[in-house]
Amino acid sequence: MTGAVVAAAGLLAQAVALGGADGPDGAQGRGLRATQGQVLEWPTLVPLPVLVPLVAAGLALALARHRRAQAAVSISALAVVLVTAVAMLVAVQDVGTLVVTVGGWPADVGISLVADQLSTLMLSVSSAVTLGVLVYSVAQGAADGDDGAPVAIFHPTYLVLSAGVSNAFLSGDLFNLYVGFEMLLAASFVLLTLGGTSARIRAGSTYVVVSITSSLVFLVAIALVYAATGTANLAQLPERLDALPPGVQLVLHLSLLVAFGIKAAVFPLSAWLPDSYPTAPAPVTAVFAGLLTKVGVYAIIRTQTLLFPDGRLDDVLLVVALATMVFGILGAVAQSDVKRLLSFTLVSHIGFMVFGIAVGSVVGLAAAVFYVIHHITVQTTLFLVLGLVERRGGTTSMDHLGGVAKLSPLLGVLFFVPAMNLAGIPPLSGFLGKAGLIQAGVADGGVLPLVLVGGSVLTSLLTLYAVAKAWNRAFWSRPSTVDREEETRALEEDVPDASTTLSGVGEVQQRRDAVERAQGSVAPPEEDGEHVAAGALTGVEIDPERAPVEMTRVPRGMVAPTAALVALGLSLTVLAGPLLRVAEDSAAELLQRRPYVQAVLGQPAADRVSAPAVEDLPGSGR
Amino acid sequence: MSPALALVAVVFVLVATGVYLVLERSLTRVLVGVILLSNGINVLFLVASGRAGAPALVGSAADSEMSDPLPQAMVLTAIVITLGLTAFLLAMAYRSWQLHGHDEVQDDVEDRQIRTRAGRDETSGSYDPDDEETPVEERSEDRRRAHASPAPADAPADGRAERRARRSAARGEERRARGRGERP
Repeated sequence: MTGAVVAAAGLLAQAVALGGADGPDGAQGRGLRATQGQVLEWPTLVPLPVLVPLVAAGLALALARHRRAQAAVSISALAVVLVTAVAMLVAVQDVGTLVVTVGGWPADVGISLVADQLSTLMLSVSSAVTLGVLVYSVAQGAADGDDGAPVAIFHPTYLVLSAGVSNAFLSGDLFNLYVGFEMLLAASFVLLTLGGTSARIRAGSTYVVVSITSSLVFLVAIALVYAATGTANLAQLPERLDALPPGVQLVLHLSLLVAFGIKAAVFPLSAWLPDSYPTAPAPVTAVFAGLLTKVGVYAIIRTQTLLFPDGRLDDVLLVVALATMVFGILGAVAQSDVKRLLSFTLVSHIGFMVFGIAVGSVVGLAAAVFYVIHHITVQTTLFLVLGLVERRGGTTSMDHLGGVAKLSPLLGVLFFVPAMNLAGIPPLSGFLGKAGLIQAGVADGGVLPLVLVGGSVLTSLLTLYAVAKAWNRAFWSRPSTVDREEETRALEEDVPDASTTLSGVGEVQQRRDAVERAQGSVAPPEEDGEHVAAGALTGVEIDPERAPVEMTRVPRGMVAPTAALVALGLSLTVLAGPLLRVAEDSAAELLQRRPYVQAVLGQPAADRVSAPAVEDLPGSGR
Repeated sequence: MSPALALVAVVFVLVATGVYLVLERSLTRVLVGVILLSNGINVLFLVASGRAGAPALVGSAADSEMSDPLPQAMVLTAIVITLGLTAFLLAMAYRSWQLHGHDEVQDDVEDRQIRTRAGRDETSGSYDPDDEETPVEERSEDRRRAHASPAPADAPADGRAERRARRSAARGEERRARGRGERP
């Protein structure tokens, strides 16, 4: 235990040191300035999403003994990040890409942070989601009251994770992207093995080894890119990569895609994900599912548009996307635990995004970007709801759950809406994203894209089947096969299932408490009374007056952020028009390549970059 | 630019041994493998930086004499990161040893269950016979046999004694019974 803490502290210190090297305060923006008369220069904001969480992480570590202060520091830090991200998103619409060359070094030597439409869009959504999950986990920690547990490192680590995600989104340099990945990975290792229980160490070993392998592949790719071009700057690379012989380009392209593919959990490289995610605490799983794979998808988008736009591996990506969708969803259908089911749908829906990227048209890319945003929100929400369900019912296995919707209609609604959104039921944002992707596939007209259109329809149907099965068995039906099993399970010494408390150590105790409360509150120890006791855990025959529901009621503080995220998911539907416009704008900007280069290095450099012909879109000219 | 053969050979040996060790089952070996791999990649960065030259300190040599400092900066960062990750892997291997007495990476529990079920030709725990349409007589008959044959008849728990007996039953036995999906 102490070993893990020490390691965590070491990683933290190192991450802080790295971040510090990235971002001294000199915001010497070379990018477009805000209009005259404005005091604040927009580029000043760009380093904040990386810096603020890192500083706050240090503070939170110092405040480890003061829970409330720690929570206040981390929540306010992430709130600042959210506000900054949204402000940048708005600013980018007005004044164009924001660029900061850190420390004032010229862009070709130093590190630049670039906030363009895609980055700010991803950053806004991801910071909203991280903030929501943080509030949820603070409420969970308050409700559990686990003082002895090593949750003191939860907040600092979580903040480093958030800084790493921001750094990856904002990075204008391949190596800085690697540093961002490492920051978020190191933090995710600590979060995944929080508490060091047997199940988490088992899941953690796989996850850590796979992640390190992917990082090493990425590092090799960077070394090769540097050897071939003499730079790692994303703005300089397009010109120099174009000049390379095709064989070398192919090698570089493939090695980058393999590295990002592991992180994004694209099919042949996805086996690690459903194995490792479900064992983590609920908020951790939620934020992993929402963000980590999407950072990989973001990196794939950059690779495919900025670095290697000539589409030589598009067919490979299409096949891989199809395999990801189909195999992922078949895995989901076979699961009996809702958490694992959702982990498989996560893998499966990465395929939709890769599909959009591989089609490579403005419509396809825009739909992929929109789908990423939709999926970040929905997937995170679903895992948070499952955390609530697990608190209420003691498990997430469909074999043991039942009647949750009757027990707690609110939980039912909270699960139902994002689940239908995930499946893509028409008015919701999932439908809009999928419709956009299918449109792009049909417009492309090739054989392979058309096969993928079929595949994505099939996957949507199977997703609907999988979530409907979860809904029917866990929420709707009465738990007929469960008699006393729940109780036996809880009383057993080492429960093999995943534990969801932050600490992990209190988990067994907590379940036992729930059972004892359930038993204790039943007055006559007869058959009838025992049914009620079982009801408290499994949701059958609940009489709200008599049954001990009060004890297992989920805290309001946890429901509120979940509900907020459900609302955010719905608002994506309402705001789909403007969002799709921004997504299309950013897609056009990405495919033109020149705006990015021009913002970082200036017009002459941009003119030397070839831009593939992009069909003209209203609003894409900038 | 033609890289030094010795460096390339070093990279080759380090990466090859690293990959071999990472494929092992024990975490400590994986750890050694990761260290070798990352050192190999660090040397690869040296290859990438071009020909060797004077130290890149301003004023110590003419600019054209200096070696490229940028890859060296990258390698330094990579070394620090690897140090942190190594510490974490060590901690995890130690914890695994504390918990299980060994540090081997274990199989996924669900995977194992699915494999044993497939070996016994059973349906998964989430299979619900009520979903099945009635007319398929032989098939459901087969399935019922598959369910029933190895299982001790799992009658509805109707007594305290029986429940206690079940509770005290060996854990593996209980889990297997649950995997089979009990029918009242």
